[in-house]
Amino acid sequence: MDFDLSEEQRLLKESLERLTAERYAFEQRRTYGRSREGWSRELWAQYAELGLLGLPFAERYGGSSGGPVETMIAMEAFGRALALEPYLATVVLGGGFLRHAGSAEQCAALIPKIAGGSLTAAFAHTERHSRYDLADIETRAVRDGSGWVLDGEKGIVLHGDSADQLIVTARTAGGRRDRDGIGVFIVDGASEGVSRRGYPTQDGLRAAEISFAQVRVGPEGVLGEPEAALPLVERVVDEAIAALCAEAVGAMAAMHELTVEYLKTRRQFGREIGSFQILQHRAVDMLIALEQARSMAMFATMMAAEENAAERRNALSAAKVQIGRSGKFVGQQAVQLHGGIGMTMEYKLGHYFKRVTMIDTIFGDADHHLRELARRGVSGAPG
Amino acid sequence: MDLRFTPEELAFRDEVRAFFAANLPPSICTKLVEGKRLTKDDIVTWQRILNKKGWAVANWPVEWGGTGWSPVQQYIFQEQLQLTPAPQPLGFGVTMVGPVIIAFGSQAQKKRHLPAIANLDVWWCQGFSEPGAGSDLASLRTAAKREGDHYVVNGQKTWTTLAQHADWIFCLVRTDPQAKKQEGISFLLIDMKTPGITVRPIITIEGGHEVNEVFFDDVKVPCENLVGQENRGWDYAKYLLGRERTGIARVGLSKERVRRIKELAGMERAGDKPLIEDERFREKLAALEVELKALEMTQLRVVAAERHRTDNKPDPASSILKIKGSEIQQATTELLLEVVGPYAIPFQPEHEDDERWNEPPVGPEWAGPIAPTYFNWRKTSIYGGSNEIQKNIIAKAILGL
Repeated sequence: MDFDLSEEQRLLKESLERLTAERYAFEQRRTYGRSREGWSRELWAQYAELGLLGLPFAERYGGSSGGPVETMIAMEAFGRALALEPYLATVVLGGGFLRHAGSAEQCAALIPKIAGGSLTAAFAHTERHSRYDLADIETRAVRDGSGWVLDGEKGIVLHGDSADQLIVTARTAGGRRDRDGIGVFIVDGASEGVSRRGYPTQDGLRAAEISFAQVRVGPEGVLGEPEAALPLVERVVDEAIAALCAEAVGAMAAMHELTVEYLKTRRQFGREIGSFQILQHRAVDMLIALEQARSMAMFATMMAAEENAAERRNALSAAKVQIGRSGKFVGQQAVQLHGGIGMTMEYKLGHYFKRVTMIDTIFGDADHHLRELARRGVSGAPG
Repeated sequence: MDLRFTPEELAFRDEVRAFFAANLPPSICTKLVEGKRLTKDDIVTWQRILNKKGWAVANWPVEWGGTGWSPVQQYIFQEQLQLTPAPQPLGFGVTMVGPVIIAFGSQAQKKRHLPAIANLDVWWCQGFSEPGAGSDLASLRTAAKREGDHYVVNGQKTWTTLAQHADWIFCLVRTDPQAKKQEGISFLLIDMKTPGITVRPIITIEGGHEVNEVFFDDVKVPCENLVGQENRGWDYAKYLLGRERTGIARVGLSKERVRRIKELAGMERAGDKPLIEDERFREKLAALEVELKALEMTQLRVVAAERHRTDNKPDPASSILKIKGSEIQQATTELLLEVVGPYAIPFQPEHEDDERWNEPPVGPEWAGPIAPTYFNWRKTSIYGGSNEIQKNIIAKAILGL
């Protein structure tokens, strides 16, 4: 039982803190967000230089063989900085599919480019009707000689507008919500038949609606079992949930600090508003919500690598419930305690609130995961 | 960072489990599972079994009979007590007055009291709260006036848990009425057989006799029973209250209750299926389990950080333990109340009284203690510094507000 970071992990945390302090002031973030892609290529190159883009990958592909803890450290720092870059989409999701299912050729072709910063990816999975059901897929993949032909519509593809490679789920067999008959394909974003409509998200990031019309994928574009890839999708999504939990904790911690600072400086009725007991207790309630979320983000990190899929899924669902509930409470109360200033676009706080609100809707909100837990029964105790 | 128990820690857990399985009298275990009240004899019997094994005062320094276990081992031991379930060693001695005597008492006090606490030869109770001093504990008025080689104590303590069994009481008393309120308080050990002490029961809402009023009328207490220095009692009390960082959340107890909820909800029917299959019930239970899991991880963070602790500054995570722990314990009693349904209604005082427990129960045989436990458990967010007081402390000590 040990919650301490190793020496290397501590150094990673410090270098991330330095980088985001220097390069991610609120004004700088605004500038990055106004660029065409909505994030900073220059910073992306710096992430590559620092080894952040290779964190989870094997050394032979230019990575540093980190695990979920390294990803947690990075994502928490990005949450604090409100980073705009496609780290989740490229390294966690795209990289996750390659790590778990990529052939030696696929890994050798793509991972070094991800780690080096020259390739970005996005996970094209959600469809208009599918909500949070990972098996609810209508997009079709039909065999065509040694390859496949894809047809369908994907939505809310995070960073899908600028991604070089798209990781696409499609139905190779069975009906719309069957667990079997799902395949995962790597599709070059520039392929014929791919059309993308990019747009800004509520929280200042980018996403896309993407349609696939008779898109041809060669055998080298198949990831894992083309007719039984749902367990792979679940595995990678669970890793992404753990990463999102850490990001949300970074954002919540920043909101809590801003709020406590505000309570100490804002004066009304001739005194600091932090001297009022009702506001003190609210700040304590926020702290409790934050620390419970932090505990569950750690739990998610620990369980993300769990081999037993049922245990892992339950643990990640439990974490997502806690993060969703804590995020909503901390975010809403942070805005409330700031009063009018918390409502303004020009102040940082509201942007954190928007980010944690959107995180709840990625890969299942608190209610969705609570229902899942109720159906399956909670388990996965360390003790 | 590795949040799993090490193989050594798991082996230790198994050792503790095996000892409990072999040595805990089944009748005591059953009473705890069913929510029935333990007798004095139950608690004494078990603590002596633990003491013989050398585990009754696991948290004390080795010199005084402690085990020298790591914080993680201490946690595992506590959790196994709660999961089994087995009675906790009597807290008033083992976690409260014992550590205060060890830290601040005289050599003579240590020799006299510590072995008797460990073997539960002497039952201690706590004399802190007064009718006018609850959350504002430092406003206490029970006076101890020095006269030669003894103090004369006059006043009243209240909410004194299990004083009806107690041989001794440790009290906060006012020795300097002129000083600032925290500065005139002393920590006094008093023999309950001393003339002038009267114990009067307080019956709580569920019908049980757990707490008492204790009256002091010209009670003569030898000066040698003063712990540490006169007028420093507030510091010792804070030491006492601040020490129990890890046990207070009672995660193991709530886990055992969740197990019980599932067991009983599997037996109760709601319509044409067991209650445990009801969707709404399952969601409520799942929500509770998520909170409990988060609390467990928070608890483990605090335990794991103990070894780095160099000062007495509370870990921000530890602040949650009392508040969240009591809320979750209360939520388990609420869910049990829901499980029993209309058979929560019959008032069956038998469960308070071992002699009469043989009377046939009304309704399911496990129903009797459930509503009383729900009512009784409201105390957990009030005692030990109410949850509102905890929030005041956190706002000041951690947030700097």
